[in-house]
Amino acid sequence: MAPNDSADTNGSAAQGTTGAGAGRRKAVRYIVPVAVAGVAAATIGLVPALASSGDPDLPKITAQELIEKIAASDTQQLSGTVKISTDLGIPSMGGLSGSFVPDGAGDKGSASADPQKKLTELASGTHTLRVAADGPDKQRLSILDDASEYSLIHNGDQVWAYDSKSNAVYHAEKEAGRSKERQSAPEGVPTTPKALAEQALKAADGTTSVTVDGTAQVAGRDAYRLVIKPEQSGSTIGSVTVAVDAENGVPLKFTLRPSSGGKAAVDAGFTTVDFGKPDASSFSFTPPKGAEVTEADEAEGHGNAEAEKAMGGLSAFEGMNVIGKGWNTVAEIKTPGGAALPSAEPGDVPAGAQQFLDALGDKVTGKFGSGTVFKTRLVNALMTDDGRVYVGAVTKDALVNAANQAG
Amino acid sequence: MSQAELAPAGTTTARLGPLWTLGILRSELTTTLRRWRTLALLGVLAAVPVLIGIAVRIETADGSPAGPGGGGAGPAFLSQVTNNGLFLVFASLAAVLPVFLPMAVGVIAGDSVAGEAGAGTLRYLLVAPAGRTRLLLAKYAATLVFCLIATLVVAASALAVGALLFPVDDLTTISGTRISFGEGLLRAVLVAVAVAASLIGFAALGLFVSTLTNSGIAAMAATVGVLITVQILDAIPQLSGISPYLFSHYWLSFSDLLREPFYWDEVLKNLELQALYAAVFGSAAWARFTAKDITA
Repeated sequence: MAPNDSADTNGSAAQGTTGAGAGRRKAVRYIVPVAVAGVAAATIGLVPALASSGDPDLPKITAQELIEKIAASDTQQLSGTVKISTDLGIPSMGGLSGSFVPDGAGDKGSASADPQKKLTELASGTHTLRVAADGPDKQRLSILDDASEYSLIHNGDQVWAYDSKSNAVYHAEKEAGRSKERQSAPEGVPTTPKALAEQALKAADGTTSVTVDGTAQVAGRDAYRLVIKPEQSGSTIGSVTVAVDAENGVPLKFTLRPSSGGKAAVDAGFTTVDFGKPDASSFSFTPPKGAEVTEADEAEGHGNAEAEKAMGGLSAFEGMNVIGKGWNTVAEIKTPGGAALPSAEPGDVPAGAQQFLDALGDKVTGKFGSGTVFKTRLVNALMTDDGRVYVGAVTKDALVNAANQAG
Repeated sequence: MSQAELAPAGTTTARLGPLWTLGILRSELTTTLRRWRTLALLGVLAAVPVLIGIAVRIETADGSPAGPGGGGAGPAFLSQVTNNGLFLVFASLAAVLPVFLPMAVGVIAGDSVAGEAGAGTLRYLLVAPAGRTRLLLAKYAATLVFCLIATLVVAASALAVGALLFPVDDLTTISGTRISFGEGLLRAVLVAVAVAASLIGFAALGLFVSTLTNSGIAAMAATVGVLITVQILDAIPQLSGISPYLFSHYWLSFSDLLREPFYWDEVLKNLELQALYAAVFGSAAWARFTAKDITA
């Protein structure tokens, strides 16, 4: 090795002028890989910038007309890929929640493919979904994971869920009742467009500004951007943007920005979309051999007991008041018997847990007394020391004001 | 050998035509594949599916599902292996892709130039009127052929073991749809090709490292070291900003070929990334090798 290493320098030094020329030629060769890397880096940097700058040129349209367009949309068939990013700012508990909250992978007792469990996973992080719909009777929603997929298939009166990771199947007949809520699986196709438009306009009354803010390209299609903003101050919601297909009025992208700025709290949109008839085979499902099938009835029996317990707990609440209107609505909940945060009886809780709870919330005081505010990016909650809870998509100050007025 | 001596060699090859390049490739391939080391590597790779198959078979002998806690943990596709032997192909490829397969490729690629230099045979290779660029291309092509052979060895061994130990039947894609066994086999071939293509970039990197030194062992160790470093970097969540540019980031994207319909996004991203690595490190290897003084 050593002789070769020195030969390089010796050679060029001894050969004089020709050696220097050869040395330069050697160096020139290295320009090739550097240039390739440079071009690649420039492409990576520039392509997204170029792609996003091309807002389509569409005829002007009022917000009213755009909402009517959505209402008139009668698209029944579509298939496409949806990307959902959610950042609700829920305090991250990392390994804590991993060890306490059993998810599909860690759940040893029952490797069930219950949709309820799976869909809550969408509440954080970035997910890629595939949707397909063919009329009101056939829909399909798949969550694409690394090397596995979770599929929810609705075909006629059958609802199937298949988790390829654990090879578990969940099955429900429509009569089972719970399938109704799953029927709304394909987002983007409002089932009753007329009602939606009316509801949107009514809700906008006085508290909301609804405008059309230019155009955008979503999944290769031209779209109008409908921007909905609260007119009142004090809401944690900054704006809601819906990109609506200019041609057929199907909402293609939904973005919810918090008033505190920063990354969108919810960003869900098609990355590819096709309004043709999806392949019929994508709506058929037969459980694979050896898969563990959970029938909805069994799951329901189990779930009902849990739900009843939860309902029992809820009914113990003395009642729920709604304070304020529009975006600044705050719900007031009185917990039973004035039981309050553990902070009221510090003796009951280990010191560590107490610190943990304190770290999660901010202490506030006001006319109502004192309490703790728990914050996420969208929803804040005030828990007073005398056992009332105020919850709303409003800022901390607005929450304290609401508590003051109520108290 | 200096630059001046290389120039006439280049003009000779121009007359010999493309068949001559194939000739070097053939001789490269036979030399590579005849080495005991290569055969041992392929043997180890073929043993992995056998191990996985027997382990799953023993674990599920009492009727319990594969994988700890009813599936989910462990290599991908493991929970489906008991129901369909074809899934052993996918499970085995998922198991060998992160370490075994690239390590074998790293050994072959790292050894390709440095090994010859270390053994003192590189100068004799260059005496043949092929030119350094052609020799390098032939070495790279031979490495890529090895990638494909290694992947196919794993797939074939897995298919044989899977058919022997488990029922083989129509396949349920991970999207829940059913495809016939024939189409399943076709997908297995497609997946094997995708896995082999995932190694294109890493093979180019190994070739570049190999041109830097005259010690075959050093080149192999450095190549495998880069592999391990990159895998660690890819696993650190705080570095997620750079991970899409690491050559191993999209390796498991081959599983997207088992969805219905295919989900091409990540597979194509993987191919783009591999092409980029091949272009950058391939040209770097060319720059180094064509300008290098060969003394051994």
